Amino acid sequence: MKPFLALESRLAPIPANNIDTDQIIPARFLKTTSKEGLDKQLFFDWRYEADGSEKADFILNTPRGKGVEILLAGDNFGCGSSREHAPWALTQFGFRAVISTSFADIFKGNALKNSLLPIVVPEDVHAKLFALPEDAVVKVDLLTQTLHLPDGTAVEFPVDPFSKACLLNGVDELGWILKQDAAISAYEAARFSTLDTLSVSV
Amino acid sequence: MSGNLRTLSQKVWDNHVVHEEQGAPTLLYIDLHLVHEVTSPQAFSGLRERGLKVRRPDLTVATTDHSIPTTDRSLPILDPIAAKQVAQLEANCKEFGIPCYGMHSNNQGIVHVIGPELGFTQPGMTVVCGDSHTATHGAFGALAFGIGTSEVENVLATQCLLQRPSKTFNVRVEGSLKAGVSAKDIILALIAEIGIGGGTGTVMEYTGSAIRALDMEARMTVCNMSIEGGARAGLIAPDDTTFSYLHGRPFAPKGAAWDEAVARWSQLPTDNGATFDREVYIDADKLEPMITYGTNPGMGIPITGVLPDPSSIGNTMERESVEKALHYMGLEAGKPILGRPVNVVFIGSCTNSRISDLRSAAAVLKGRKVNPNTRVMVVPGSQEVKRQAIAEGLPDIFRAAGCDWREPGCSMCIAMNGDQLQPGEYSVSTSNRNFEGRQGKGGRTFLASPMTAAASAVTGVVTDVRTLL
Ligand code: SF4
Repeated sequence: MKPFLALESRLAPIPANNIDTDQIIPARFLKTTSKEGLDKQLFFDWRYEADGSEKADFILNTPRGKGVEILLAGDNFGCGSSREHAPWALTQFGFRAVISTSFADIFKGNALKNSLLPIVVPEDVHAKLFALPEDAVVKVDLLTQTLHLPDGTAVEFPVDPFSKACLLNGVDELGWILKQDAAISAYEAARFSTLDTLSVSV
Repeated sequence: MSGNLRTLSQKVWDNHVVHEEQGAPTLLYIDLHLVHEVTSPQAFSGLRERGLKVRRPDLTVATTDHSIPTTDRSLPILDPIAAKQVAQLEANCKEFGIPCYGMHSNNQGIVHVIGPELGFTQPGMTVVCGDSHTATHGAFGALAFGIGTSEVENVLATQCLLQRPSKTFNVRVEGSLKAGVSAKDIILALIAEIGIGGGTGTVMEYTGSAIRALDMEARMTVCNMSIEGGARAGLIAPDDTTFSYLHGRPFAPKGAAWDEAVARWSQLPTDNGATFDREVYIDADKLEPMITYGTNPGMGIPITGVLPDPSSIGNTMERESVEKALHYMGLEAGKPILGRPVNVVFIGSCTNSRISDLRSAAAVLKGRKVNPNTRVMVVPGSQEVKRQAIAEGLPDIFRAAGCDWREPGCSMCIAMNGDQLQPGEYSVSTSNRNFEGRQGKGGRTFLASPMTAAASAVTGVVTDVRTLL
């Protein structure tokens, strides 16, 4: 995982609530066995016409959607399927943070594991961000957990300390869990015998 | 929590804590890891890159369900990308020593159908799968989480999952369901009530007389859609209904181990007097058949209801969501949903593809014909469901009515395998998601129960099954 460094960017707003992972990347693209090449499939059905041409009015097809690193979206972003292809597609497109009033649990967990920062802001700040001019730049400081708006105001956002440490250092959970091997073995040794009932043959 | 009184989910949680430390989530042991072809290949690649093994292949079970065709299984998969993904799963399982109920197995099926059916899923377990409908297994009193691919890799390597405790949410359903109303209507009504983000950050426990009266398959239908209310998991306390379902299943404990297990499982239900962080109440007597009209599972109404009027919604983004949904669905505010033409009926998915679901659809279709303008697909959840259906003569009923009886898999629930709607087509579907394009690009989905789906198949329009009973 890449460390999460300083972030300053314009915003790509999608003013819709409940943007589900089927919109972020449609299921027909999940037949891949790799993580690569998903940027083109991001928001595919919102981004392209049936003939493959770009829908001119979709944000990612406008100048505003180029070179932008922060997505601004409505409530409950990332609901639906657990596909980690959603944060993979978002980060490959270039997004490093998503700002919303709330996130679906599984998406939030998946995003944090891929250096994509879910930023939860209160409703008034959310509305203010949507009202910003196109070229407005906001700054994200993960260390202090603050979002800096162009008018000079700073808004704190929550990040749990464990995810924050992982993001700042660019380390993933698995390395940490592997270090708990002794505890895992002790747990296995102490557990009652139900586990044995699951030895399977196909 | 009052004193040390605990809820069901807290007990299961406590039994699985491996390690806790300040500033980190809890490390939980996982008793059963279910794997399928779509969310696992990148996890296996990750293991290879790090030179890791699967810690407990004996607690891991794989099957193919999402990408495979539901046509004749003796034929090869025509889509080369899907074929590669399915072959990759089988190769990964072989390399890492994981049992795999592959495409040609007698026990192949949708991952959330075969786990319970083979007796893998048991009360008090922790269960994970790289799939958001893993809460299905909560019907047995298991704490079952849908996880992403990074976590699939973590669990393969360590048999553990990092989790933060959730809030507890009591969904109490009292009373008895009327004829024509089923478990699917309970869960659609709940999600319509709380909204699709309404359960975010919580683990739901379904309680009350109406839940106790449900059989195991109906309980699975309810728990299955917990994620559609945003919940991390959803469970139901195990009882005699649970135990008699499990008894004698291939991987359920046997002999003395069975008696011990039942004694242990009987300790799991929520203690009398334990409190929940949140509670919602549903009166089962008042429930009608439910149907969704929009583009998320929370956009549901009683089938006799009318489509909502966005102009009556104060919140701008909320109003625009409903406007956008009605526009996508080609529906008009204020009009009834009954009578809307239906091009396709889909009976299947991990929500409603079990034998009791097929029986309830067959009961409506028996001796009737499908409307000539409607195409009907019936997709059993597993090879075992298919065998049982054949033994009961259900495929004959479906075929005589004019339905297409297919091979087990996810099929048009997710439309990855070629089973899909054409742009603009309407389906009544027994699956769990009606997101834009979920059943095929431009397709429009009404989610409902198997009975409602079967009734709509007969008439070719959205129909209240109670008029056909
Ligand atoms: S049937 Fe649908 S919801 Fe269930 S596992 Fe398959 S794709 Fe997912």
